[in-house]
Amino acid sequence: MEEKNKNNHILDEVTGSEYKYGFYTDIEADQAPKGLNEDTVRFISAKKNEPEFMLEFRLKAFRHWKTLKEPDWAHVDYPPIDYQDIIYFSAPRKKPQYESLDEVDPELLETFDKLGIPLEEQKMLAGVAVDAVMDSVSVATTFRETLAEKGIIFCSFSEAVQKHPDLVKKYLGTVVPYTDNFFAALNCAVFSDGSFVYIPKGVKCPLELSTYFRINAANTGQFERTLIVAEEGSYVSYMEGCTAPMRDENQLHAAIVEIIAHKDAEVKYSTVQNWWPGDKHGKGGVYNFVTKRGICEGDNSKISWTQVETGSAITWKYPSLILKGNNTTGEFYSVAVTNNMQQADTGTKMIHLGKNTRSTIISKGISAGRSNNSYRGLVKTTRNAENARNFSQCDSLLLGDQCGAHTFPYLEVGNRSSVVEHEATTSKISEDQLFYCLQRGIDMESAIGLIVNGYAKEVLSKLPMEFAVEAQKLLSISLEGSVG
Amino acid sequence: MLSIKNLQVSINGKLILKDLDLEVKEGEVHAIMGPNGSGKSTLASVVAGRDTFDIDKGEILYRDQNLMDMNPETRAREGIFMGFQYPVEIPGVSIANFMRTAINEKRKHLGLEPLSGAEFLKLMEEKKKLVDIQSKLTNRSVNEGFSGGEKKKNEIFQMALLEPRLAILDETDSGLDIDALKVVANGVNKLRRKDNATIVITHYQRLLDYIIPDYVHVLYEGRIVKSGGKELALELESKGYDWVKKEAGAQIQG
Ligand SMILES: Nc1ncnc2c1ncn2[C@@H]1O[C@H](COP(=O)(O)OP(=O)(O)OP(=O)(O)O)[C@@H](O)[C@H]1O
Ligand SMILES: [Mg+2]
Repeated sequence: MEEKNKNNHILDEVTGSEYKYGFYTDIEADQAPKGLNEDTVRFISAKKNEPEFMLEFRLKAFRHWKTLKEPDWAHVDYPPIDYQDIIYFSAPRKKPQYESLDEVDPELLETFDKLGIPLEEQKMLAGVAVDAVMDSVSVATTFRETLAEKGIIFCSFSEAVQKHPDLVKKYLGTVVPYTDNFFAALNCAVFSDGSFVYIPKGVKCPLELSTYFRINAANTGQFERTLIVAEEGSYVSYMEGCTAPMRDENQLHAAIVEIIAHKDAEVKYSTVQNWWPGDKHGKGGVYNFVTKRGICEGDNSKISWTQVETGSAITWKYPSLILKGNNTTGEFYSVAVTNNMQQADTGTKMIHLGKNTRSTIISKGISAGRSNNSYRGLVKTTRNAENARNFSQCDSLLLGDQCGAHTFPYLEVGNRSSVVEHEATTSKISEDQLFYCLQRGIDMESAIGLIVNGYAKEVLSKLPMEFAVEAQKLLSISLEGSVG
Repeated sequence: MLSIKNLQVSINGKLILKDLDLEVKEGEVHAIMGPNGSGKSTLASVVAGRDTFDIDKGEILYRDQNLMDMNPETRAREGIFMGFQYPVEIPGVSIANFMRTAINEKRKHLGLEPLSGAEFLKLMEEKKKLVDIQSKLTNRSVNEGFSGGEKKKNEIFQMALLEPRLAILDETDSGLDIDALKVVANGVNKLRRKDNATIVITHYQRLLDYIIPDYVHVLYEGRIVKSGGKELALELESKGYDWVKKEAGAQIQG
């Protein structure tokens, strides 16, 4: 109660005075009070010491959000979310949660081991104080120096807002406007932090932008934002997410990813997500409502998207690519696993606007337990998108007979010269396949792991090497105990 | 090595194997022949541990252990290998990956260190020569898009890698051209040792020209109705199964 009063007091102060850049740096409260109103939005912006345009952006988004209703058309089922019962801002934890790994949930550690995550990294992910031996800061610093030499910017979103406000202002919300959907509007109003990537003209990023991210991945907030800008002729491979299971006391996650590829640029975006799916009965899992979108803005640009998704109690996710420039290419490779009570409603949208645009969608769904996996794909070619080509392939693999897979393809072809192809298959792991493995001395769980990884190979092979190996293990682990 | 006594097997209440006895000792090669549907594959599957079948009575001992107490993967790790009549395809899983997993599971079971990638590759090269398998085949997914003959050769290749104590080859000769047949037979012969045993299930006596069996058994309607030396195969070849069937009929009625 006292805490609340204090917060209210601060809020009064904040909202009572005129907002000025840099004015509210000394606000002491670590948390915003529960609930969402304009004051909350102002509080967050002030806490983050944001320039005026950011506050305006947030407020506009918030005002729009208030007019929206939560979508209910997806093939998922969950109790209503009370948006006034959520804390929208907590300062990042500075102190580690634990002194040593002994204090961490052994089940979590077991999973880390199975994934082959190095000990020091386990500590970081679990929130344990890190030894001086592993100098994560210096790793990150070397990394940054290499990038800085090339003029590449790779930093947290908050840092970008402070140091590169003009770039942020130029691109923020240009691919996913706050008016896009309910969850996007919510994110725009209250987003906590995220990543910012900027590759200057003609620069090929010499490193996979992944290692650094992983080191910093723990404790990202509930409402993340990623913004990637690739200038003319540049190239970057960016990987986000983590194979390690991410538990979070925050149930609701609504992230936004925006990618912009200018003329002749190529962006390879890979993501592995393993949010805590909840227990066998679906209790306590994360709700993951994400809006991710890339735009091939300039001619001949290319965005290639790979995602491996095994977590979340509920996943609602429609990564989309807009092929605006002529001769642009969009690729989308996805593996989504659902087990136990998990529900996933995912899909992809390919919007062809430019001439001679090409897109490929390979989606592999794996359902086990009593889970439900729905795939919705929209392929749209507009009138101007002459000679657009799309090939979509949606495969579902079922383990057992209590799970479901549903495919809903939507095709909108706006001109006569476009060719849109769609293929879909549903298969089961057969008894014969399993017995064949058993007879070779491979036990049931490993057999399922092998078969599932074989099934998903086409997608996994698109991931950066180090993550491909982890993702393979992850698939096997996610399906443990699902058969037999 | 393998001792089957009074075995009765059924599926969904349908009797498939009846009062079956079979004794296989170390160093021996047994051939099992018999008309379609007589229960040859069922026998192989039951020894390998397939659980779709009900074992109504009888016992199967393998190296003095009761096989009924052992799950299929343990049987495999203990040295039982089955060459499948219809090898299945496992898309996306390379033979190399598949076999490395299999070998390392077995090694773990035996308390040995797993083979490193390099060690495994070396072993694979060695065994490839033995069965004359083409290099590119092992990079492909298990049986995916393999021709009938390639699938069978792949079974022998896997056998060579796993070095089983007891190998049961279910019609591994079917669908092979004469050169491939020699390769398969050659593989089996090279792997033959004093302390292992092989059961070959076949319809054709020509295989037995290359793999000389110590015993030939005729399976008919779920029973072993006749056993003999390798001459029995020749006799079957010239006379067909009719005379065995007749004899068996008389036996069953009598
Ligand atoms: N899963 C099953 N369900 C029902 N019947 C089965 C099943 N498996 C085998 N059978 C039956 O059991 C009998 C023996 O089959 P099995 O495959 O063992 O014969 P086989 O001697 O190997 O024949 P072939 O020479 O044609 O390979 C057949 O009548 C077959 O139809
Ligand atoms: Mg058969």
